[in-house]
Amino acid sequence: MKFALQINEGPYQHQASDTAYCFAKALLEQGHAIFRVFFYHDGVNNATRFTTPPQDDRHIVNRWAALAEQYELDLVVCVAAAQRRGVVDEGEATRHKKDATNIHPRFRISGLGQLVEAAIQADRLVVFGD
Amino acid sequence: MSILHTVNKSPFERNSLASCLKFATPGAAVLLIEDGVYAGLRGTTAVPLITDALERVKIYVLGPDLKARGFAAERLIPGIGVVDYAQFVALAVQHAKVQAWL
Repeated sequence: MKFALQINEGPYQHQASDTAYCFAKALLEQGHAIFRVFFYHDGVNNATRFTTPPQDDRHIVNRWAALAEQYELDLVVCVAAAQRRGVVDEGEATRHKKDATNIHPRFRISGLGQLVEAAIQADRLVVFGD
Repeated sequence: MSILHTVNKSPFERNSLASCLKFATPGAAVLLIEDGVYAGLRGTTAVPLITDALERVKIYVLGPDLKARGFAAERLIPGIGVVDYAQFVALAVQHAKVQAWL
């Protein structure tokens, strides 16, 4: 079965991203697929590669990236939510004349249409938030 | 068409569980996750809400979230099921839709 996940909250502030990760891992291990993970609202903060938690804590950003690497997941960050919160890739940096980027290379920035498409293409859309 | 409802708020913080149960139709399942697990405990003011709902819908608690808050399954109201993440996935597969009551 094909799943789409939507995550509305950032890392370390709320449990949503942790719950979504454990759910994603469990479904992939059962042989189900993830069509897309869409990071919306504060959820875009799950994509900043400069995140540096203490060594004995889970690294939420890298953990998503590693799962995406292993299962070739499509991790999409909402562009409008990302612009507001300063999550920037090369394209956004050029367009808005920023001096740096901070998005993890395993994530990509795109629009709400990607969430709509995921909702249509997937058998189940599961939302995690506050 | 049956729905899996997820509730992640303590009933002592917000009324999302009450809202969910108002709309949940017979045959639906309600999964208490994150702070939602507090609704499943014995001896609280939420017990009537849960016991009434158990006559119409199935109610589950996400075990890892219950354990993370320091409670054993023995503390739960009888009739509530305990599931792990793999069973959370199975519930999502079994039901036609998953509705999060955020």
